[in-house]
Amino acid sequence: MPIVYPAKTAMPQLDPVARRALWDEVAVGYTVERALAEARRCVQCQDPLCEQGCPVGVPIRDFIRRVALGDFAGASDLIRLKNVLPAICGRVCPVEHQCERLCATLGRLDPVGIGRLERFVADWERAQPRDGGAPAVERQPEKVAIVGSGPAGLTAASDLAQLGYGVTVYEALHAIGGVLRYGIPEFRLPKAIVDEDVERLRGLGVDFETNVVVGKTVTIDELLGPLGYSAVFVGTGAGSPVFLGIPGENLKCVYSANEYLTRVNLMRAYSFPDYDTPVKRPAKAIVIGAGDTAMDAVRVSIRLGAEEARIVYRRSEREMGARAEDYRRASEEGAIFEWLTMPTRFLGDDEGRVRAVECLRTELGEPDESGRRRPVPVPGSEIVLEANLVVIALGTNPNPLVPQTTAGLETDRHGCVVADPETGATSRPGVFAGGDIATGAATVILAMGAGRRAATAIHSYVQSSRQKGSDNGHGHGLG
Amino acid sequence: MATVLEKRELTPVTKLFVVDAPLVAEHAQPGQFVIMRLDPHGERVPISLTDFDPARGTVTLVVQQVGKTSGMICSLEEGDEVLDLAGPLGCAAPFPDDGHAVLVGGGFGAGAVYPLARELRRRGVRITSIVGARTAELVILRDLLEPASDEYLVCTDDGSVGYHGFTAALLGDELAKGAPYTVCYAVGPVAMMRAVAETTRPSGLKTFVSLDPIMLDGTGMCGACRVTVGGETKFACVDGPFFDAHEVAFDEAVVRSKMYVDEERLALELAEAT
Repeated sequence: MPIVYPAKTAMPQLDPVARRALWDEVAVGYTVERALAEARRCVQCQDPLCEQGCPVGVPIRDFIRRVALGDFAGASDLIRLKNVLPAICGRVCPVEHQCERLCATLGRLDPVGIGRLERFVADWERAQPRDGGAPAVERQPEKVAIVGSGPAGLTAASDLAQLGYGVTVYEALHAIGGVLRYGIPEFRLPKAIVDEDVERLRGLGVDFETNVVVGKTVTIDELLGPLGYSAVFVGTGAGSPVFLGIPGENLKCVYSANEYLTRVNLMRAYSFPDYDTPVKRPAKAIVIGAGDTAMDAVRVSIRLGAEEARIVYRRSEREMGARAEDYRRASEEGAIFEWLTMPTRFLGDDEGRVRAVECLRTELGEPDESGRRRPVPVPGSEIVLEANLVVIALGTNPNPLVPQTTAGLETDRHGCVVADPETGATSRPGVFAGGDIATGAATVILAMGAGRRAATAIHSYVQSSRQKGSDNGHGHGLG
Repeated sequence: MATVLEKRELTPVTKLFVVDAPLVAEHAQPGQFVIMRLDPHGERVPISLTDFDPARGTVTLVVQQVGKTSGMICSLEEGDEVLDLAGPLGCAAPFPDDGHAVLVGGGFGAGAVYPLARELRRRGVRITSIVGARTAELVILRDLLEPASDEYLVCTDDGSVGYHGFTAALLGDELAKGAPYTVCYAVGPVAMMRAVAETTRPSGLKTFVSLDPIMLDGTGMCGACRVTVGGETKFACVDGPFFDAHEVAFDEAVVRSKMYVDEERLALELAEAT
């Protein structure tokens, strides 16, 4: 019986004080020695429960065994069977809610650092010389269009290209990656990794068309009709920001998290005036919400010079949605947490800029629809927190552009495209959907899983359409 | 990439560009706009469509030089490439099928009312255009708009051509004389659109303005362009850009439009220094 060390092998990271001024990735990554040590903590369960916690079914036990044996190439091959974006997932997956939550060591010991090992393997592989992307064995005559270049779209594109389809990814913005590009900051997900994954897809023959706003620049009907695509995958994400609807929300320097992060990540406002897009960099920042995006925003505000950067959240630490590691890193960087605090009003100065947030303290009552305890305001507990910048990070709604411009595409009351969870099939034949546009705001890995399942379903759909087409004496297309 | 096919100097600070953008031209509707970015360090800026020609695959844009980016756009020449051009964005303006529309274009806004005139005429609506500028030589696109209108009125702040005064004052005079307008559209600086809104408010003449708030993505993702209309928050990029002028909270729109004045000044100073 080998000795299993109780604690996860530590992840080397940048110094918490120094990194307050740095955009470099905070988690530096395991060395070979650390990866071997961590992989050897895995007890190699007969029935690996962790794998049930992975939305894309990565063969976790077996890849970790490969790592423990020093066979990193073998580990990488195993991961890539199921996950086409492992360097990204190894960084941004909420592992404590997924695979690591089910680790057999849990309860007695720290879980095995599955996310850290996945990242190690992916980074090891990135550093190896490439043999160039292997084009598909067999070319299919059909083309498939992917709408949106976030994690769902990239995964579907990869799978379909490897099946031999001509794949075009349409992106509304000027850069590829969706939320990986505009949403997640460099210090958590270096953009070079997204660039490499995009290059890998280009190597597989995937075409990318930026500045195409599907629904406006072209419609789904045109993609399926005159443009000759046999199927379309809609992965347009949950792009529409939620606001609080309280007084003062439209004061200057009150941002949605999407705006704040897009200015910084996509437009590089941190380098203004070298880059033309500005962003406000005041001394006191408040971020409302406590999910991954809120942690990103508060850490961005610190890097932009906030001396006091607060998270204001109406529930408690227990209900917080953020990944444990990012919460810890935000704390290390000096973020202040105002739990059980509910904003009621934004106060402005005489030039219309926000100067403070008026809040009520709350206590937790009975569980609500989400299963989390409902915050109940405490009468008379008003406090005023000063802030010259407010970021609202309360989540996002599905992007309405495609549903609004596509006849016969059914949506639910939240505006999500109704899609079969197993196949991504929508109410429109030939149109598949997955990721946040179908589920509402969720995670990168869930979107990838949906992209993968939809790619499989699109493959069967196109093959059976081809069969029907040839039975009817038609060559191709869906009419 | 989109190529600049033609450039025309409308005034020393206002230029017209015809740009090769077939998909945008094919799908454009009057009242929509595009987002442009010129270089890898550039910002994304919204620009109203002045015209679009699906047959030629071109869009026409009028840009007035006010800051660094608009200055860079104005210095584009025929044959130059625009790095990013996305659109058409926003919704078409609301159009009636009969009646008498008055189109008010202030400064560079005279370009943006042209596609409205074209569409209204197609629908059989009678058109009066009111175009204003500081002085005679800054009146733009008369050659385009006058033939597209049943009546074309011009005014200048200094009286060097046409009516001596602002567009809203001329509109007010026409209304007082009993002009039988059934709908009004105003495009131009926010102060001018607000003045038009106040001019038509007493009579309740249905009035639409094209709001031009600060935008980032232009696809409804960021909310930078939020405006209050009828007490509700709207995103100008996806819900607009045309809104009922009598419902728009102009005070807020003016304040929000000045969010980055310091940064804009700095960027312009640095650009002019190089």
